[in-house]
Amino acid sequence: MRLMINKIVLILSTLAAVIGIGFLFWILITLTIKGVSAINLHIFTADLVDNGLRNLLVGQFTLALMAVVIGVPIGMVAGIYLQEYSFGNKYAEFIRNLSDVMMSAPSIVIGTFVYAIVVNPVGHVNGWAGAIALAIMMIPIVVRTTDDMLGLVPRELREAGVAIGAPKYKVIFNIIIKAAKVGIMTGILLAFARIVGETAPLLFTSGNSEYFTMDLNNEFPSLTVAIYNLATMPDEKLVNLAWAGAFLLTLFVLIINLIGRFITKEKKQ
Amino acid sequence: MESIFKKIASMSATTILLILSSIFIVLFIYAKPAIAEYGLNFIIDPRWGVEVPLDNVKKEDKVSIKEKKVEQKALTHDDEIAVDEEDLGLDDEDDIAVGDEISETNTKTIYGGLVPIVGTILSTIIALLFAIPLAMGIAIFLSEIAPEFISKPVGIAIELLAAIPSIIYGMWGLFYFGPFISSIFGGGSVSLLVAGLVLAIMIIPFMASLTRDSMNTTPSVLKESAYAMGATKFEVIKDVIFPYAKKGIIGSIILALGRALGETMAVAFVIGGVFTFPKSITDPTVSIPVVLANSFAESNGLSLNALFYLALVLFVISFIVISFAKFYFLRDKK
Amino acid sequence: MIMDIKHFSFTYAGASAPSLKNINLPIEENKVTALIGPSGCGKSTLLRSMNRIHDLYPGNKYEGEILLKNLETKKFENILEIKKENDFINLRQRVGMIFQKPTPFPMSIYDNIAYGLKLQGKKNKTELDEAVENALKGAALWNEVKDRLNADARGMSGGQQQRLCIARAVALKPEVLLFDEPTSALDPISTGAIEELIVELKEEVSIAIVTHNMQQASRISDFTAFMYLGDLIEYDKTETIFLNPKEKRTEDYITGKFG
Repeated sequence: MRLMINKIVLILSTLAAVIGIGFLFWILITLTIKGVSAINLHIFTADLVDNGLRNLLVGQFTLALMAVVIGVPIGMVAGIYLQEYSFGNKYAEFIRNLSDVMMSAPSIVIGTFVYAIVVNPVGHVNGWAGAIALAIMMIPIVVRTTDDMLGLVPRELREAGVAIGAPKYKVIFNIIIKAAKVGIMTGILLAFARIVGETAPLLFTSGNSEYFTMDLNNEFPSLTVAIYNLATMPDEKLVNLAWAGAFLLTLFVLIINLIGRFITKEKKQ
Repeated sequence: MESIFKKIASMSATTILLILSSIFIVLFIYAKPAIAEYGLNFIIDPRWGVEVPLDNVKKEDKVSIKEKKVEQKALTHDDEIAVDEEDLGLDDEDDIAVGDEISETNTKTIYGGLVPIVGTILSTIIALLFAIPLAMGIAIFLSEIAPEFISKPVGIAIELLAAIPSIIYGMWGLFYFGPFISSIFGGGSVSLLVAGLVLAIMIIPFMASLTRDSMNTTPSVLKESAYAMGATKFEVIKDVIFPYAKKGIIGSIILALGRALGETMAVAFVIGGVFTFPKSITDPTVSIPVVLANSFAESNGLSLNALFYLALVLFVISFIVISFAKFYFLRDKK
Repeated sequence: MIMDIKHFSFTYAGASAPSLKNINLPIEENKVTALIGPSGCGKSTLLRSMNRIHDLYPGNKYEGEILLKNLETKKFENILEIKKENDFINLRQRVGMIFQKPTPFPMSIYDNIAYGLKLQGKKNKTELDEAVENALKGAALWNEVKDRLNADARGMSGGQQQRLCIARAVALKPEVLLFDEPTSALDPISTGAIEELIVELKEEVSIAIVTHNMQQASRISDFTAFMYLGDLIEYDKTETIFLNPKEKRTEDYITGKFG
């Protein structure tokens, strides 16, 4: 009897895994089929106004890149503070937990927040608002990554740096960060992959644009927002365009994830 | 130099606190007119954008509403334009909440958040009902059943599932999964049920990974002693691993719950976007993030304040749930 | 004497009792002084007080004096009174430390050695090249690495890495070198090489070494201090400690009655 229960549970668990993998394949296969069939040279050379994806691809990437530029320095320095300067005091623990909570906060709420503080004063949607919203999402991830990676560096390496007469900030920058460099970069890469696929924070902060533009002061092209709009259009051509965009986005995100995993594995050797 | 850097570092850390508190404060400020207008009734009122005759309104309110109407009429002759060109009035601290509708008969507009709140809660419950057993199963499979050459690729596959952007889940749900579900259960291809299931699929990888990691923290010696007594694998999982990893597992479930609450894009595609209570599980409805996503851009005045009120509610609930999860994890660490 | 430790007590942050109680210990110039004793006796704690590396972590309490001879004025100064960042840096350039785990910096072999020198302000490439070469020769590493000075130091074997750390410390021409169980993570051959190195180095530097390996202490040290549970039980010439200890506890430890 016990053996039978055991067998049943094991079979069910395996079934669960099969179902999980099944969903993954279902999603990826439909995405690939619909996406690839809609891909042609045109979508890379034309902008949304001409039924292409060019401005959206560039725009999404730009927004995510701006988020990195804004968010990574803040996140890294905060992570350094937590690991190197706080000695686990209560305030640092509090900030650490707060940062983790922020990581799981609803992205649409962050969108409303940025709307209130950036879009409203300016008077209209703009690219900066979108970048800031993405940056706010990026910061907690970078904090956690930096914090964890620096924590992996052995204590003796810090002591050795100090023992040779280096001031603390030099020990951190010349030695500790260098030692954790690979882990931190991978973490930032994965955070970038996560941010670049976001839609909700951009919906009413940077909106979308049909034209190619690098002007962050006004509405800014976003692949994800465009997909949201296109997918529900009655025109099948537009829906296919959405699939093409979705396929490219997913491809990009999954490749970065795999690269990140590969790097982490390499490091472990 | 050293002290400069130390100061900068500590300021960066404080930035996080600043951002989080700013979110609270800003949401609250922008929601205040709606909070003042509707109070806690907002949470249980199912009406959205419904006009009610002012006879139901108290005397002081009548006066203030009349005053606002006089103001508005003074701005321009055309009522419609008055609404569109209006400065949202959200920058000043005076809670001038302007009703959307200005008509000759005295009415005010009621906004209540019950429908999206219920939608959020129900869709999340459905998601958890499906996600928890599947995620536990997957975690068990990865941690205890599969030999390494299987658990590695499967583990990677699960993590890839987690990396897929939510908008993709939305599209897939709208065009493939929704129709599939409706062919089995009837009802529309966009509905509360579809939304709940898509949510489930989205949080399963997250829950499974965290649970698997928690399970892996169980010391081998503990497991080995149980096996040595002749326990079956299931019994070891049930009596040794799960109790040991209990806090981490519960924490991961609560955290996944927190994430499901705030999920926007996938749900927006498949929940139907109809601002009514679903009569059955296969009816369309809305959730808070979906209402925000769909209505935010075109709203102004009191309805915008009401949306901020909704956002505040969502933020507070998520914050509480996630903090609770964190607390659980922390207890595990001690 | 190059250092003199007087009535020194040390309590870790948050601890209810001191880890070191009233230690009185001289460190003789150009000699090797070994600190031995069972785990937890405080030998590492004492060593780490001598370059005040404990100060990386807040809240520790010191009592007593640790005097370091100023080679210019020939006067002894209490290093426990150091408070300013610059003075700490100066102290650590005079009193170097080698750790139990080899700690190569994530840079090339050349940059590892040059790092401390650059901190001191040396910029001239020729000077640096010369100093690096001398340091590597002094650590018996030069021949092994001279063709790959730009290779990442982490690619070296454990024994080589440890010798690199020694070269790195020696390059600063310190007055004292502190070794904290330098060979416990190494294989016997590397251990032998490093022991040889330490004996050679004492011509230039004064050395204090913590070791749980009694044979090592008896092989390479001139003076030995036996510690137990935070007290200094006995200090004498190494020969005396090992052949003719005065305290019973010393004798018990030496003869392996407890470890």
